[in-house]
Amino acid sequence: MIRDTSVGAKLWITAIWVVVGFFVLNLLAMIATVLLSSFSTRWLGTWLPVGLTTKWYGTAWREFQLAQVLIVTFQIVFTVVVLSGVLGVTAAYAMARREFWGKRVLMLLFLLPLLVPPITYGIPLATVLYQSGTGGTFWGVVLANLVPTVPFVILVMIPFIEQIDPKVEAAARVFGAGTFRLFIHVLLPMLIPGILASLLLVLVRTVAMFELTFLTAGPSSQTLVVALYYSVFASGVRAVQSIDAMAVIYMVTTLVWLLLALRFVNPTQIVGRARTAPAPQS
Amino acid sequence: MSALVEHDYSRISLQQRLARRGFDGVTLLALPAVVFLLAVFVYPFIYGLALSFMPKAGGFFANYQTFFSDPYLYNTIATTLWLALPVTLISIAMALPIAFRVRLMRRQRLLTTILVLPVTLGTVLVAQGLLNYLGPQGWFSRTLLLFHIIDAPLKLTNNYWGVFASLIITGFPFTFLLTLSYVSGIDPALEQAAATHGANSWQRFRFVFWPLLVPGLAIAFCLSFVQAYAVFPSAILLGAPAGPTRVISIAAYQAAFEQYDYSMASAIAMIMAAVQLVIVVAILGLRNLFYRGSTAGGKG
Repeated sequence: MIRDTSVGAKLWITAIWVVVGFFVLNLLAMIATVLLSSFSTRWLGTWLPVGLTTKWYGTAWREFQLAQVLIVTFQIVFTVVVLSGVLGVTAAYAMARREFWGKRVLMLLFLLPLLVPPITYGIPLATVLYQSGTGGTFWGVVLANLVPTVPFVILVMIPFIEQIDPKVEAAARVFGAGTFRLFIHVLLPMLIPGILASLLLVLVRTVAMFELTFLTAGPSSQTLVVALYYSVFASGVRAVQSIDAMAVIYMVTTLVWLLLALRFVNPTQIVGRARTAPAPQS
Repeated sequence: MSALVEHDYSRISLQQRLARRGFDGVTLLALPAVVFLLAVFVYPFIYGLALSFMPKAGGFFANYQTFFSDPYLYNTIATTLWLALPVTLISIAMALPIAFRVRLMRRQRLLTTILVLPVTLGTVLVAQGLLNYLGPQGWFSRTLLLFHIIDAPLKLTNNYWGVFASLIITGFPFTFLLTLSYVSGIDPALEQAAATHGANSWQRFRFVFWPLLVPGLAIAFCLSFVQAYAVFPSAILLGAPAGPTRVISIAAYQAAFEQYDYSMASAIAMIMAAVQLVIVVAILGLRNLFYRGSTAGGKG
């Protein structure tokens, strides 16, 4: 490491850390506001709330029918995770192992849903889904959410599969394993770390995916983040604390999976794509 | 018998010919995902494009004529750009120097974990948090009042600045984490070589890092811009969706789900995609004027 010890350099470094500190401070204060507000009896025009209570969690749970919303959320998210795993891993295997005509076009097809923002393709997609009758249903939401997650799994898994020696597969073939048995007994065990990492990221992204769910969800297929949006949108009807309690419940459901995901992946991978794909854990 | 054998030969040779081009059972594994994306991503897009030329009333281009003749509609492009471009530029300008410091840290994990929070929590939660935090009675205004920086609480919600703040809170970490992955991808040996030859820190940045970083930064810029451009929930919750923060996604949403004019909504979505494409292509075009190649050190 090169050390620059001039006064200007020190000032510059200090300025950078001040900016980082300011950002992190505001971010944490914002989260703390929501957390504190959800536990407060009354908080108007003072630094801290008058008193603390947990009653808003009960209120929010009943008023927003959170039990129902949470069940739907997890049903949708787990269906999306399983289906994107099946579709994504098989396609990633083909992309990693074969060179074929049109591969670059396919790669573009897999990249586009990640580059185009959800709201842009979500509106034509919602139109098609509503006209085919799946809009507003459970499967409509699942289909819409699969659009960015399948390519995501493919792009994360390709480098993972590429680093497995093809000789291992060739050996299994020599001993008479078919494609299916090869997959189950040889590839799957070696790919588990990568599959786990990519599916956890899919899980985190789907819990937080607002736009696609919002555009395609009906009253009975709302996920937590959409329910939260509607309650913030209609704020004034309910107490702020009640909305904040719901926000905290949402935060907890997201962060539990995030913390779990961070045991397997690097934070930069949550925004990154193929380029920053995981270094395989071997 | 001989016909059967012949038939068999031709089948095998077709299979072999395909296999030589890389098509065999393994390649077919990609088929389900491809079919799925064609049906749920490509088809709706083409359908939307076709639908946009079939307006409820008027000729072929009626939707586009309506859009570009109604200031309430065409102004949304400028409104969106006026939010997305400053946010992206500020995020990149902040992310670059910070990434340069953080790359030298040994324990980056804590900082990157904190920064990944707003990206994971999403815009709806950030909007609700900022409504509390930046509101007239929130801690932000209170702190500024305490230090006598301002005399009256700042109005930071339900206007441009609320949306701006929410875009920075979710956009900056995204840009930063992308930039960090590019910056740490550059071999430190290059910098050491430059330092050995007497380059000061500015020269090392300007003549060693900058040319290597431009391609990555262009990608980071495009991805961050596209995200900010698609701002939707926070523009409604935290902004003034009828006026200063009526962004293009709100116009598209209202056309589809309030006026039930799917044709117009598709037209707005296509215009939205086209504007993004123009900016992304422009940025990537600029990138091609710079060096592209290996960021690794070594001979060669």
